[in-house]
Amino acid sequence: MTNTHDTLSPGTIGRRRAATFPEQPPRLWKSVKPKKAYDAVIVGGGGHGLATAYYLAKNHGLTNIAVLEKGWLAGGNTARNTTIIRSNYLWDESAAIYEHSLKLWETLEEDLGYEMFFSQRGVLTLAHSVSDVRSKRRNLYANALNGIDSEWLTPAEVKKLVPIINISEDVRYPVHGATYQPRGGIAKHDWVAWGFAKAASDLGVDIIQGCEVTGFDIKNNKVQGVQTNLGSIAAGKVGMVGAGHSSLLANLAGFSIPIQSRPLQALVSPLLEQVLNTVVMSGAVHVYVSQAHKGELVMGAGTDAFNSYAQRGGFHVIEHQLAAALELFPIFSRAHVLRTWGGVVDVSPDASPIMGLTPVENLFLNCGWGTGGFKATPASGWVMAYTVAHGRPHELNQAFALDRFVTGHLIDEHGAAGVAH
Amino acid sequence: MLHIPCPHCGLRNETEFHYGAEAGVAYPEPNVLTDSEWAKYLHIRANPKGWLAERWVHFAGCGRWFNLWRNTITHEIGPAYLPFTTQPKKPDNIGQEGLKA
Repeated sequence: MTNTHDTLSPGTIGRRRAATFPEQPPRLWKSVKPKKAYDAVIVGGGGHGLATAYYLAKNHGLTNIAVLEKGWLAGGNTARNTTIIRSNYLWDESAAIYEHSLKLWETLEEDLGYEMFFSQRGVLTLAHSVSDVRSKRRNLYANALNGIDSEWLTPAEVKKLVPIINISEDVRYPVHGATYQPRGGIAKHDWVAWGFAKAASDLGVDIIQGCEVTGFDIKNNKVQGVQTNLGSIAAGKVGMVGAGHSSLLANLAGFSIPIQSRPLQALVSPLLEQVLNTVVMSGAVHVYVSQAHKGELVMGAGTDAFNSYAQRGGFHVIEHQLAAALELFPIFSRAHVLRTWGGVVDVSPDASPIMGLTPVENLFLNCGWGTGGFKATPASGWVMAYTVAHGRPHELNQAFALDRFVTGHLIDEHGAAGVAH
Repeated sequence: MLHIPCPHCGLRNETEFHYGAEAGVAYPEPNVLTDSEWAKYLHIRANPKGWLAERWVHFAGCGRWFNLWRNTITHEIGPAYLPFTTQPKKPDNIGQEGLKA
């Protein structure tokens, strides 16, 4: 690839960089037909599945493995999210894995030898009411105890950081303050998938697109392989990393998981001058905004209320989101909506991921990332690779086991985060 | 936006409703359940690709709960029906039942 960039840092965004936007190279990974058998097969070629394969090869020396993707790489949620990366979660279990992820992000471009436009431009999370302020400050103290950078900003400090924001008291959702994680930021999501795919392929991993898993071969409660539209593939171990389709995969393997699949939408504006150099999130009003390197405003909405696999949602959700965005950023009223799209997110009852063992031996599960999985891509792959390689969870995903819904040890980020994360 | 046929008020906008996920999940007898049976009742709901019988409440109208067949791929609406009544047959592939409901 034409790599003409220095390391990214806040402040190196914008038109200056747009001039050196590199050409996308045509072939990053080898195109292969599936072999008859592998040591391990990963079902799902999104960011998490590809990261799992990469770390299986890199950290655990397993290279006779394949990633099976029914569509195309980065065609699902990996390239449909709003690319926000942060680690300032409330609960210790979440903070540990998301912080591990953020640390991996910080060296990921060097590790993979592939640029991803990872930019630590900071993430601002707004508080709009007294209870919002209390819960955000509680979050802040929890972060401090976990050694995660996070600070409290007054409305005036918010205004200083984001000059275009409206901090008037006289609005429906006034800004009463915000938490700020300076190490948070964004990355170019499809490149993240491609970077992992390239690095995994270079280590000998087979990446097979257009390969849909239609069944699992299970004998004596032990997985033996998978059935696909390209024939059966034997595998000693199988990792299910199917995001929105995880519950369907689990049903194929003969068990049920507590996942509901919901539409989650996002949109972009046309390319604009740089007006926003940090990420602004507001859980209370369902709006998440950043400005991509090229200049488009990227905004995420809330999920639609109902189950769906349609990869689209209702326009009233977008309307609601834009109403909130316009109140926060009156300057956006001059911008147009260029494009909207949706993805299918796998929502778990406690809004935390489910990672680890399943009722079937040698079959491993990684799902339930819901509306916030992109930021976790490296760590999710890291711990999933460990789990597949060793047949037991890594210390970072132990608490996220499927059996927490039986034991009651939930990790309630839903309550902590309001709605989205 | 979905147009949902409330059995009491007729066709209304989706924004007048709240969602209640899978319909017809009976409340179990808690004293005789194992922990995993209880977890299943609490947390596991159908999540099919295709037709799903689900619950909605018309909070901005009659305030009552009812059940509805809806397709999770096409968002087509099938027949609506009241709880504790006979469930209408699952619509065929591409249902046109919506407006007849």
